Amino acid sequence: MTLFLEQLLNGVQFGVMLFLMAAGLTLIFGIMGVINLAHGSIYMIGAYAGTFIAAETGSFWLGIPAALAAAALAGVAIEFLVVRRLYGRDHLDQVLATFGLILIFNQAVTMLFGRQPLFVQMPSLLDGSVELLPGLSYPIYRLAIILVGLLVALGLYLLINRTRIGMLVRAGSTNREMVRALGVDVRLLYTLVFGLGALLAGLAGFMAGPILAVQIGMGEQILITTFVVVVIGGVGSIRGAFFASLILGIVDTGLRAYLPGLLRQVMVGPEADALGAGISSMGIYLLMAIVLLIRPKGLFIRNS
Amino acid sequence: MNSETSFKRPALLAAVLIVLIALPLIADATGYSAMTSLATRILIYGIAAASLNLVLGYGGLVSFGHAAFFGIGGYVVGILYQHYSLEEPLFGFIPGTNQMLITLPAAILISGLAAAAIGALSLRTGGVQFIMITLAFAQMLFFLFVSLKTYGGDDGLIIRRTNELPGLNMRDKQTVYYVCLFITVAFFALLWRIVNSRFGKVLVGLRQSEKRMAAIGLPAYRYRLTAFIISGMGCGLAGALMANFMRFASPDMMHWTKSGELMVMVILGGVGTLFGPLIGAAVFIVLETTLAAWTENWQLALGFILLFVVLYTQGGVQALILRLKGKR
Repeated sequence: MTLFLEQLLNGVQFGVMLFLMAAGLTLIFGIMGVINLAHGSIYMIGAYAGTFIAAETGSFWLGIPAALAAAALAGVAIEFLVVRRLYGRDHLDQVLATFGLILIFNQAVTMLFGRQPLFVQMPSLLDGSVELLPGLSYPIYRLAIILVGLLVALGLYLLINRTRIGMLVRAGSTNREMVRALGVDVRLLYTLVFGLGALLAGLAGFMAGPILAVQIGMGEQILITTFVVVVIGGVGSIRGAFFASLILGIVDTGLRAYLPGLLRQVMVGPEADALGAGISSMGIYLLMAIVLLIRPKGLFIRNS
Repeated sequence: MNSETSFKRPALLAAVLIVLIALPLIADATGYSAMTSLATRILIYGIAAASLNLVLGYGGLVSFGHAAFFGIGGYVVGILYQHYSLEEPLFGFIPGTNQMLITLPAAILISGLAAAAIGALSLRTGGVQFIMITLAFAQMLFFLFVSLKTYGGDDGLIIRRTNELPGLNMRDKQTVYYVCLFITVAFFALLWRIVNSRFGKVLVGLRQSEKRMAAIGLPAYRYRLTAFIISGMGCGLAGALMANFMRFASPDMMHWTKSGELMVMVILGGVGTLFGPLIGAAVFIVLETTLAAWTENWQLALGFILLFVVLYTQGGVQALILRLKGKR
């Protein structure tokens, strides 16, 4: 039971990380109609910038503003120089241009930092574990990630539902042309949304640092999973992204934790482990295929 | 429209074909024998990219998972070879083989079946969802093959010898090149027939306006599915040839970046043109090879070139050449 709770928490933790990525991506999709493969690169930039500053200054906390600033800057630059030209182009052009950006960023980061993964020291405040229930102790750092993720979700909820910018965002994701026709500076709105998405991706990247290795290609791994989240949740829906993130996080973690064990009862050990790992990696894609077949626009979009 | 003009210049086509036939001799004479291998890879990727172009360019369906069929083609060759060399039948009743006359049709058939299954499900969605669901299926297959330890897992399968063709010495690189060239020519001839047929016109019509096509009573889904299957078969053929050429099949053949590379080739050469993807494959492979020889950071340069092509040339290299000539 404690193992199950622990895996559940791990799933939620992975889920909120996915949400930080997916929130930006789904807004960019929903409002600007742009498929941004470079979102993973922004995640990587946040991770590298934050980790680098944290290592140089010796303070984990200084890494946070560095990661946020670098990611937001990179995001605004990408929007200004590349993505701005892709609005209204077909999806193929968007996929290819941002695919080119991935190549550029991966190579640039390799040139700057080398191929060795970077590691970041966890701050002493968040190091160690806390006993949540008798027999269930859980790392504080992962709890902190969950907390940050939930706070961001709450903040986004308030931003989208209670502010003027949020109103424009909602309007923009329903009917872009109408918002423009009403005289809203859409360009500025686009840049803001893109920057906000990039900021969240950078935050996710930096927070992932102490758990995963900071390395080239880290962005693509999470990017593809994030796309699955966005599509399952429904393009443009923050609420959908939130629930889909948590579902996927828990399903993925659960499969990885339990499937090899189940398979081992019917197969030999190493083969069961390999097949189990393989099938658990397939799990989220299978889920997405099923969801799309039942609801082609995603779970949280009403089919017209 | 470009597809028809492509064949209106038979002289150019004949010249290119003669150069391709003479290429191994030129390569040997000038001492650049690596050129033959380079050209073989270009032909194989050209087949794969042209297949993708059938759905992507003519059909307007952005599939981000075509590397799956490329990989399946490769694995059919690899798996049949493994069972041949271990002398134990697959599933207990299918004997392995090293005969190309069997492995290539088998690869085409199996990848066609996979494309039928994946296409039948994916085509129920559209737009962004279609891109992502094709990607998802390719990722599933990628992870499936990574986890199949029997067939090498993520290390891949080594094929000790290129498949045999009766009467030919397939250990000779030049022979392999000519076999690939022959298949490429046959493939493009077939593709030309397809895109200029009624079927091809309907496919283009569907891209331009599904409503209009529906109004004349044409079932969009069935046409698109057929195109998707043909396209998957072509990629399977290319994958099978690649496995033969590299004597290696690995999950990397179906990695999502490979799907991306195939799309890059299509767009470099020109979307929705018959020979564009072949030109694109040539540009991509030559760029990759020369940039890699010139600098370790070739991906940086490739990224910028890609950005430039997408942002500033509409219609890839072909369009660029036409524009430079002042024809547009």
